[in-house]
Amino acid sequence: MLKRDWWKYLSGILLLYAIIVGFIVDVPDTMIHETMRNLFYHVGMWFGMLSMLITGFIYSLRYLRKFDETEDIIAVEAVNVGLMFGFLGIFTGMIWANFTWGSPWVKDPKLNGAAVGIFIYLAYMILRGSIDDVHKRAKVGAVYNIFAFFLWIVFVMVLPRLAGESIHPGKDSPPVLPMNLDPSMRIVFYPAMAGWILLGVWIMNIRVRIRKLQLRIEN
Amino acid sequence: MLYSEIKYLVGKEVMLELKQKYVLNGILLYLVSTIFVTYLAFENAITAETWNSLFWIILLFVAVNGISKSFMQENAARHLYYYTIASPQAIVLSKILYNLFLMAILSILAFGFFLLLMGNQVVNIPLFLLTLLLGSFGLSSVLTMVAAIASRASHNFSLMAILSFPIILPLLATLMKVSRAAMSSMDWSGLSGFLIILITINGAVVALAYLLFPYLWRD
Repeated sequence: MLKRDWWKYLSGILLLYAIIVGFIVDVPDTMIHETMRNLFYHVGMWFGMLSMLITGFIYSLRYLRKFDETEDIIAVEAVNVGLMFGFLGIFTGMIWANFTWGSPWVKDPKLNGAAVGIFIYLAYMILRGSIDDVHKRAKVGAVYNIFAFFLWIVFVMVLPRLAGESIHPGKDSPPVLPMNLDPSMRIVFYPAMAGWILLGVWIMNIRVRIRKLQLRIEN
Repeated sequence: MLYSEIKYLVGKEVMLELKQKYVLNGILLYLVSTIFVTYLAFENAITAETWNSLFWIILLFVAVNGISKSFMQENAARHLYYYTIASPQAIVLSKILYNLFLMAILSILAFGFFLLLMGNQVVNIPLFLLTLLLGSFGLSSVLTMVAAIASRASHNFSLMAILSFPIILPLLATLMKVSRAAMSSMDWSGLSGFLIILITINGAVVALAYLLFPYLWRD
């Protein structure tokens, strides 16, 4: 039990730690005061989203190599969890933006990138929904996922750095690298990130198992 | 081998277009009437900014309408016939090439009508023409691939738009930035980054289409 599921316990412990210590640790007093603590949660959503979408991309590639149905289920459930993180990231970001910039939404390449990511993957879900044949759905979905992921990465990773007009942190040197992050925040930030990613894997794992059971009942 | 196949297939596309002239005429009329409607709607509000935005938005809609037919105007039996005589790579490259010609012509025409109705805002004509060429290439390669994906699903008309709009954004944003620069000065400096990005995206999209299309083609 513990041998197999240790990472689930670890995820729970890390997130409990991030929530408790995240609210009592001293954060540097900058212009945004105590809202700095949102870094532990908002950035975690982004890391969770990115790691899930990368997982989806990898499993789509793997599906096209062997046409194994399990890999398609993992790809689509990873995207589902990625979408959930995306929405949560936008909500936590809106709370933060309302305080920091005075408005829940500002015109900024990073925010647009997150929103476009959600549009892309909602469209992916609609595309899958509109194909009845299971194998065709998996194949066409995988092709779109790979194609869209590449263009989305260009949109969120390359263009904002080139445009140079972002007010969102992380344009030149990512603020979450050790040398840019206050020591007191580092001890919460990195465990929190690991915890969020593990939580994502956990949710994905449960959803994949449900889908597999459903598939077995149907057959 | 690939080269001669592409040559024949592009020839076939041209013949098909000339045989069904109403399709081409429909796109042309769509282009002209959209520009005319926006000209009436924006009568007194044309600045360089709006000119640029309207131009690319209209070109995007024209491209979506013009290219969505790529895999729909011929029936399944015909596709099966092509499947037996040509390689999938040749099919997709010939469609991209043909749509590139089509978009290049349509974008020049759109430019002409904009000059006629909304006046000239472009200072650096060679740069703008280069942007049109790169834009035609990008729109044709991304949208041809999306048309291939959408043609595999049912109810594919709105699907074409929701699948393509979010993933065309990296291209469209970069194109609009470069063409905006062509409206302010003759200066080419500072644009090399954007031009390299455009060429890279185009090249990568063609490479992805080359690799992924066989999976869509084979049923």
